[in-house]
Amino acid sequence: MCGIVGLLVKTPALREQLGELMVPMMIGMTERGPDSAGLAVFTAPLPAGRRKISVFAGYLEDADRYDWQALVDALNRDLDAHAEVAARGRHAIVSFAIAADAVRNWIADYQPLLKVFSTGRSIDLYKDIGTPAEVAARYGFAGFKGTHLVGHTRMATESAVTPDRAHPFTAGEDFCLVHNGSLSNPNGIRRMLAPHGIRFDTDNDTEAATRFLEWRLREGDELKEALQKGFEVLDGFYTFLMGTPTELALIRDPFACKPAVVAETDDYVAIASEFRSLAHLPGVNHAHVFEPAPEEMYVWKA
Amino acid sequence: MESVNFDLAATPLREVNHYLHHQAPARAGQQVRIDNPNGAHAIAAGLNAPLDVVIEGHAGYYAAGMNQHATVTINGSAGTGVAENMMSGKVHVKGFASNAAGATAHGGLLLIDGDAGLRCAISLKGANVVVGGSVGSFSAFMAQAGNLVVLGDAGEALGDSLYEARIFVRGTVKSLGADCEEKPMGEAERAILADLLQQAGHADVDPASFKLYGSARTLYNFHVDNAGAY
Amino acid sequence: MTTTNTPAGQIPQTVPQFSSTFDAYTLSEIRRAAATGIYDIRGGGTKRKLPHFDDLLFLGASISRYPLEGYREKCGTDVVLGTRFAKKPIHLKIPVTIAGMSFGALSANAKEALGRGASIAGTSTTTGDGGMTPEERGQSQTLIYQYLPSRYGMNPDDLRKADAIEVVIGQGAKPGGGGMLLGQKISPRVAAMRCLPQGIDQRSACRHPDWTGPDDLEIKILELREITDWEKPIYVKVGATRPYYDVALAVKAGADVVVLDGMQGGTAATQEVFIEHVGIPILAAIRPAVQALQDLGMHRKVQLIVSGGIRNGADVAKALALGADAVAIGTAALVALGDNDPRHEEEYRKLGTTAGAYDDWHEGRDPAGITTQDPALAARLDPVQAGRRLANYLSVMTMEAQVIARACGKSHLHNLEPEDLTALTLEAAAMAQVPLAGTGWIPGKTF
Repeated sequence: MCGIVGLLVKTPALREQLGELMVPMMIGMTERGPDSAGLAVFTAPLPAGRRKISVFAGYLEDADRYDWQALVDALNRDLDAHAEVAARGRHAIVSFAIAADAVRNWIADYQPLLKVFSTGRSIDLYKDIGTPAEVAARYGFAGFKGTHLVGHTRMATESAVTPDRAHPFTAGEDFCLVHNGSLSNPNGIRRMLAPHGIRFDTDNDTEAATRFLEWRLREGDELKEALQKGFEVLDGFYTFLMGTPTELALIRDPFACKPAVVAETDDYVAIASEFRSLAHLPGVNHAHVFEPAPEEMYVWKA
Repeated sequence: MESVNFDLAATPLREVNHYLHHQAPARAGQQVRIDNPNGAHAIAAGLNAPLDVVIEGHAGYYAAGMNQHATVTINGSAGTGVAENMMSGKVHVKGFASNAAGATAHGGLLLIDGDAGLRCAISLKGANVVVGGSVGSFSAFMAQAGNLVVLGDAGEALGDSLYEARIFVRGTVKSLGADCEEKPMGEAERAILADLLQQAGHADVDPASFKLYGSARTLYNFHVDNAGAY
Repeated sequence: MTTTNTPAGQIPQTVPQFSSTFDAYTLSEIRRAAATGIYDIRGGGTKRKLPHFDDLLFLGASISRYPLEGYREKCGTDVVLGTRFAKKPIHLKIPVTIAGMSFGALSANAKEALGRGASIAGTSTTTGDGGMTPEERGQSQTLIYQYLPSRYGMNPDDLRKADAIEVVIGQGAKPGGGGMLLGQKISPRVAAMRCLPQGIDQRSACRHPDWTGPDDLEIKILELREITDWEKPIYVKVGATRPYYDVALAVKAGADVVVLDGMQGGTAATQEVFIEHVGIPILAAIRPAVQALQDLGMHRKVQLIVSGGIRNGADVAKALALGADAVAIGTAALVALGDNDPRHEEEYRKLGTTAGAYDDWHEGRDPAGITTQDPALAARLDPVQAGRRLANYLSVMTMEAQVIARACGKSHLHNLEPEDLTALTLEAAAMAQVPLAGTGWIPGKTF
């Protein structure tokens, strides 16, 4: 059970303040999710031939001083990847000019305790255990820039409190999802996806939903078609907020047991589990504030 | 009118509620205004005196929860469970209300000018709820007593497993829940509706434009042929 | 085994054989279901044989440790509940409390008797699904007010009169299910308290109407604290199914006390299939619950009350040794009042049952006058005498627990610990995580 936040800026000038506007939103969701926090930011895409991955070193001893440059040097030496790194302590964004799978496989050999949390041309993802304020400070969320983001604070229900079980979850490239609620058939979804060659990194119910929806998108469904299939297959309670390089999407289960509030102005669309996470936003008192209806699909274009 | 202001951006909620519980009742005729609610929860919960409280903005969950005697006005929207289990008094939401507005309320009047979310008046136990806009699905679920008046439309499964509460809807009803049926509106029901519309500031709305829904009472005692409805 | 002599020349016949799968009870249940079209509803808890505290034994002191003298050397029994956030925690003389049982399920006299007995013994009683009656508030020195999904009879005046509030998520007899009170027991008074017509079936909700999930529960607890000025402890009661997660989430949501009810816990009326097939025994639930508290650094800070099949001082001592702070009793308290007493045997026979097996509490024809709303039947229970019996019984349970604790060298019941226990069976060793008797082996823990 959790808190969800999302922000999409329409005014280009606000892209510089994306993180700054978001951090109080996330801190407002501390009681809903005190265990861990995470954020996916969508930036201008890399050139077509390049990919980036979000790598996490927190399972290693001395993670805060992890030598990311040594990793990139070895990667360039072994695979001629033209790799670059932007590190923030135990998290780093590694970009490169070869296939992402090759890099992921190479990392698994190079240091099995490293975790790859996202892959794509636009997505940067950071997640870790701790309160939202701690995690935001640890990775400098307030300084993040971009068009839109998806954030989350977690109160673990049935899977452990670890960095890799924090949200957002990702699957494929440039797709992430955060969840408030709990699914009642995640194991059946996993067994249904496994014969399609889909593998799971954790035992988390949200990962099952993420991989199901990304699989539908990969099979050629439009986002709305994939979400419609989600309504048919996913059982339980959920509010999902999803990000792609060009969209934010929100759905709630038919019972709408888990909350969501949207505030929209000419400058931004902001989404949170509760209004208290929106109260600080500029001009919110004149925003169109509403609650998304259950079983409706809300998609905002970046 | 004499008034006292609290700014929730500066004063902790606990102090404001403590004032409302313990000091305010001795100051009859005074209005208490609460600024910058910013979605805080349980604002003005547990009031037990004829106070006049105005919340200037959006309230979080359970605003005016378990209200007795007080009049609470929210100049904004209300989160989940506004006026839940109200016993008496009046709560007026000028904006929209989230899920479970007026849940299990035993008495008093809840007015919502905008829309109400799902499960509005769930398990209602005698209060009156008047919604200027529409209500979401599963509204008046297992409602036992009291009246729900909806000037707009109602979502799915209205009045599912209803007991003796009355539901008046002016717009369309997406679907009725188990054991809920349309009933003929007699003089007594029309008078109740007219009075509630008057109290809610909708005196211009014609009671004849509403339909009445109530319990078909087929689930009151178990019968094997109704098993599918459970 | 009967043997028959087969006359010469005839083929020997086997004796009639009944199926273990389709035993006599199962056959009768199939016939009953086919005739009526409704599942079997009854009161009480599970009747099947379950792993229980009987499979644990205490390791009394000998040479390695010294025992305390009974009656002369002190062995404390008091407990304080709700020390985390509440301004006014609950102080009890004994760690045995009375579980929630509703007026409606029970007669007003029975509720009064529970209050009288508990007050003499220095412990608390708990309301149930149906509100607070003046009888029980008047007679209960310490009264816990249950906050249930149905919110029958819920009102802020009673909330303020209560000594603590128990948010009920579920109970051991039916985790995930709602309550049920059939029309026979909906008397005018019960109907008025619940805002319902007389004589109709009451299917109370399985979920709270205005919150879902631990993140919203936290806000609900905040509201209850605000309404009561942060004075009263907030308990959260769960049925035992996934105790590690549920206890951890109750703590995260802000509970002062967690009540964990095993599947042996009773109910006024629920589907038999629920009672017998959903939930886990209390023996298996305590250690994961305590582990959750310990992992959060909250053991003994958020108190744990366990219930479900507690019968005597040995059960109390074992529950405390496994890490609980107190226990709650329901069924045993009703028996102490006079439930299922053989002196009513003739009347039990007329109801098609026998003393000790009567469980049709929902029908409201209880000869003992406890699980009924019939004025004539209810009048059979003298609340003063019945209260005295309950007090006696609570006193015996407490003394029994002290006998054991002293034998283990403890000057307070709370100093009992899992290492004072050993298990008779493999399953008890695994569930309670104590070694099999005579070994150091804890299945799943040691090799």
